[in-house]
This record gives sequence, structure tokens and C-alpha cells, in this order.
Amino acid sequence: MTAIALSLKDLNKSFGPAKIIDNVTLDIEKGERHAIIGPNGAGKSTLFNLISGLYTPTSGSVTLHGEEISGMAPHLINHRGLSRSFQVSNIFTNMTVRENVRCGVLNALGQGYAFWRNIGSNKEVQTRTFEILDRCGLVDKAALPASLLPYADQRALEIAITIAGGADVILLDEPTAGMSHSETERAVQLIRTATEGKTLIIVEHDMGVIFDLADRISVLVYGDIIASDTPQNIRGNAKVREAYLGDEDLPEEIA
Amino acid sequence: MTDTTDFQNLAPSAGQKFRQRTLPFLILAAILLAIPMTGPSRTFYTVAHQMGINVVFALSYNMILGKAGLLSFGHAVYFGLGGYLAVHAMGWIEEEIGLWGSIPMFFLPIIGFFGGALAGATIGWPSTRRAGTTFAMISLGVAELIFAAAFMFDSFFGGEQGISGDRMNGIELFGLSLGPIAEVYWFIAFWMFVGILGMWAFTRTPLGRLSEATRDNAQRVQFIGYNPQRVRYMVFIIAGGFAGLAGGMAAVNYEIFTPDALSLLPSGFVLIMAYVGGITYFVGPIFGAILLTYMQSMLSDFTEAWLLYLGALFIGIVMFAPRGLAGIIFGFFDGLRGAERGAFLKGWITSLVGGLFMLIGLIILVEVSVRWSNGYGEIYEPFGLHLDHASPLTWLLFLATTGAGIGLTALANRHKEGTT
Repeated sequence: MTAIALSLKDLNKSFGPAKIIDNVTLDIEKGERHAIIGPNGAGKSTLFNLISGLYTPTSGSVTLHGEEISGMAPHLINHRGLSRSFQVSNIFTNMTVRENVRCGVLNALGQGYAFWRNIGSNKEVQTRTFEILDRCGLVDKAALPASLLPYADQRALEIAITIAGGADVILLDEPTAGMSHSETERAVQLIRTATEGKTLIIVEHDMGVIFDLADRISVLVYGDIIASDTPQNIRGNAKVREAYLGDEDLPEEIA
Repeated sequence: MTDTTDFQNLAPSAGQKFRQRTLPFLILAAILLAIPMTGPSRTFYTVAHQMGINVVFALSYNMILGKAGLLSFGHAVYFGLGGYLAVHAMGWIEEEIGLWGSIPMFFLPIIGFFGGALAGATIGWPSTRRAGTTFAMISLGVAELIFAAAFMFDSFFGGEQGISGDRMNGIELFGLSLGPIAEVYWFIAFWMFVGILGMWAFTRTPLGRLSEATRDNAQRVQFIGYNPQRVRYMVFIIAGGFAGLAGGMAAVNYEIFTPDALSLLPSGFVLIMAYVGGITYFVGPIFGAILLTYMQSMLSDFTEAWLLYLGALFIGIVMFAPRGLAGIIFGFFDGLRGAERGAFLKGWITSLVGGLFMLIGLIILVEVSVRWSNGYGEIYEPFGLHLDHASPLTWLLFLATTGAGIGLTALANRHKEGTT
């Protein structure tokens, strides 16, 4: 068995009487592409918020590379190598695309909170920013204000900011939501190359994307993981079909 | 093509950098050097010095309002505390206490900077934990608190008389005794230049960029590895420092500091200066500080109702030109360079004439009302007209100009909507 990158143990989250995450236990191996699927309101985003530090778990533990991170502030979790994207584009709207990515690069390159250096004179920052822009296909839009980007490019920028810091565990929350078919194909390609050699955890509704990308799939229903297996076995799992997939047609072949 | 050339292409070219970054500072330096050659009057110097102080103060305010998105109602606290420390230091230099005797008066703004930054570090520690309304309310509370404290701790604040000093002591630097007003000019010009350059350079640092990122989206900043509270706190300290620098300039210029300097009035005035100038532009607060200082010193000679005009200007900018004077000026040049130059100019001139008509209406209303309310029987007589509050001509003129103004601006707006 390879090393575990992220491990959730008996994780619970309640808002008042409502139990949103119910005793979730899940191990994700290093280098794995893990998808989390489930119907609306199953608690997928809440799970991401618990892992990334936006919420504090009611009980249970989250460990990243063996270190307990539950209850830690988001920026400290980020320092430990975990980065996430958001379902709704969460970018710096008043900055240009290039500046957005540059902000994401800063911390990893040890720029800290410096107020004595010129941001433009650090070659490493500029090179890294260019690499990320290039990988995400945003070079020709680098000088545009982020708020003027077309929707699909905003989603690409969202991913660019997420991977800019060089984290080795990447959480993507519905990266292809609202995209056209061709845009989705491009996005999947981007995700594949951008997360090469990294641990990827992805929430997605598009089954085509899921079965295309994932090594393993977990099915979350009412805050509970009812199955966690390879795409092949998930498709054959009767419980999953009944609870979630029901009337939905799955692609018969894995691309 | 290699990667190296590619990433350099993303950055502005050397020519652009020179035009947008170096050239404005060269022009500023040239203007500052040229002003004394015109043999300015004493009044001019007095107003110009106040402008220099306010430019630095307003820019420091915009570091938190425009760049970091923090609305403060108590920025004069840092100006005042920095200034008070500088006035005290002036006394220490005069008495040559300890090492103070070896510090030239010329460097007092640095003492002010430390005073303001220290005050920012102390007060900002609790207040910058939250942004938005909480921060605004705390800033208001702190401003009231410090102002009240100023009348309790007499040895530091000097009660109502304040603390005064004498700038003509200590070591002379650059051959400036700082006695004559023309010598103080060089002091103010130097520190204004340093202040503008310093605050502009700050916007180009990682922390400066992060403060904008935190303003735009504090949540996302956390997920790229930064603590937004820490970003706000550090920016707040530096903004306090530059406000203190302005305070130190004021200490040398006026040789006195009173508790009024840290009251809500200057705190409100700096907000108006920054906003009227345009908080989305770095130069905005500079324009605002120059215009409002001019209004403060000159308009009050023409009319006792100048504060009403100031208020009307502020409301007008907030409602119709939220990007401030800088937005109007840059918008004009952008429009001139745009494709539909003729249509743009037509709309712009219509708006301008409409605005002027409304202004005339406002002036008639205010001036006639003020004289009527005073009850001295004084009559407003511009250009030989006899505008009595009882005469129908007055109100006809008021209605005609205001109506024409509203009509013209509405026309310009409709035209604008039609083209876009």
C-alpha cells in the first residue's frame, strides 16, 4: 500500500440539529485521482469546506500527510500543501489575470508579507506566473481584468490560482459546472495536465468527466459515504444505483 | 521563442514603464523645483504647504480605504499622534535631551512616521481583525476615545492649548534654518515627494498587491496561503505611519499641535479628500487633497457657506462620479482616444454645461438663503444683478438654471445609453 495523502476519520459536521456530514471515514492515497459524487445537498461542498479549513468539524479528524489539520486556519492548511478551488468562481475581480495568478504564486516562493521588495523584480515569481498561465491557456488573456473573462476562462483561472502555489493535494469543486461540451473537454485536459503527479480530489456532476478522470469514486448520500471503489465497481454497485444513480445513464465504456 | 522572452512580454515594456512610472515622478519633481522660481507670495506658500501635508495624509488614508477596502472614520488619530510625537521631539531637540540634540529638525517626519505606525500597531491589533462595518464602527469609537483622552492627559496633549514648539533649533540640514517660509517649502516639498514615492512603491510590493487581493476577496486569500487579518494589520500599520509622516510635516510647518488635529473633523475631511479625488486611482487622493485644501483656504474667503458647497461636491461625486476627479479626468482622455470621439465630446460637453447650470442654480439658492437667514438685509448681487429673496426674478433664475441643468444632463445620459 502506498502512502496516504489525506485521511478522514469519523468526521462529523452538524449545523444546529442538522447533521450534514455523518461519520465519514475515507483514505486517499498519494497520487490518486479521487472523485466524490452524490446528489444535490449530499454534503459534498461541506466536506470540502471541512477539509480545507473553512469549517471546523463537530467531531472527528482530518489528517494531511499524517498531520492533524482539522480546526486549523485555511492559510495554515494551505502552507502544508493543500489547495482548493471553488464551485462559484472565486477570483480577484479587480485585478488582471496575470496579477491573480501572481498572488497565488507569492506565498510558495517565500515572498511572504514583504513590503520592502518590488513584486516585479523577482524573476522566479514572473517565470512561475508565466508557466501557470501557459499551462492553463491564459497567456493571451494575461493583461485582461479578471472580471471581463468569459465564463470558461474564469473557471480556468480558478484552477490556475488553485495550482499556482504548487500544493500537492488539490481539491476541485465542480470545475466544469456550467460549461459547454467542448469547454468541458478542454477543462478535463487542463485538470489532467495541471494535476500530473499530484493527489486530486474532485467533486463533479458530469459523469463523463468523473469516469474519464477518476481512479476511485466515493458516493456521498445524506452526509454518508455509501460506497468507495473503482469506477468499474461503482457502476456495478446496486446500492449506488438505487441511492443515487437511479434513472441516470452511465457511460458504458471508460474512455 | 524562449520562455524568458515570453514572460517578459507579459510585463509592461521599458518604454511603458518609463511613461507610467518614472515620468510622473520626474514631472512632479520638476514642478516642485520650479515653484519657488515664480516668486510665490506668502499666502501661496501657506496654502501650498497645507496641500503638501494633505496630499500625504490623503494618500495614507487611501492605502486603507481604496487599496485595502477598509473604511475608517478615525484616520486623523494616526496623523495627530504622529504629529504630537513630532512636536514633543521638537522640544527634546531644543533642550538637547540625550541624543536628541544630534537629530536635525528636518527628520521630524520620520519620528512622526514611527508615532503613527506605533499607534496603528496598537489600535489596529484589535480593529483589523474584522473588515467591513465592524472595522468602521471600531475606528469611529477609537477616534472618539482618543479625542476624549486628549483632554485628560494634559502632559502629552497639552489640553486645549495643545503643545507648541520651535522648529529653528538643532542641526541645520542642507543649509535650511527652517525659519523663513520659503525654506520650509523645501522641507514640505521633500517629504511630500518621499511620501508619494514611498506609498506608490508600496503598491508594487507583495504586501501591497495582497492588500488589494484581500479587499477583493478575503476568503480566497486564505486559500492561497495568506492570513487576511495579518495582511490588513500590516497595511494598517504602514498607513498609520504615513499619516504620522504627514503629522510630522504639520508639526514643523505649524509648530503646534492641538487635540482638534485628531478629532472627527479632520478624519472626515481626509475621507472626503480621498473620495472626491478618486479612491480607485493612486493619484486620486492627490487631486482631492489639492482641490479641497484650495477650497478650504480660498473659498472660505468668498462665501461663508463654503462647507455647504463642500458637502454638495461630496454628495455629487458619490452619486454621479464614484471614481472621483481622477475618474473624470482619465475618463475624458480615454474617451478622446476612443473610437466615437465626436459623440463622446458632444455628450461630455452637454454634461459639463448641464453641471455648470446646476451649479449656478445651487449658488443662487445657497447665497440668497444664507443672506435671508442672517437677516441683516444683505442682498446677493452677482454681476450687478439684484437677487433679493422676495423678488420673483431670483426664484425664476434659480428654477431656470436648475431646470436647464437637469435637462441637459438627462439628455447627455440618454445619449450615452443610446450609444452603448
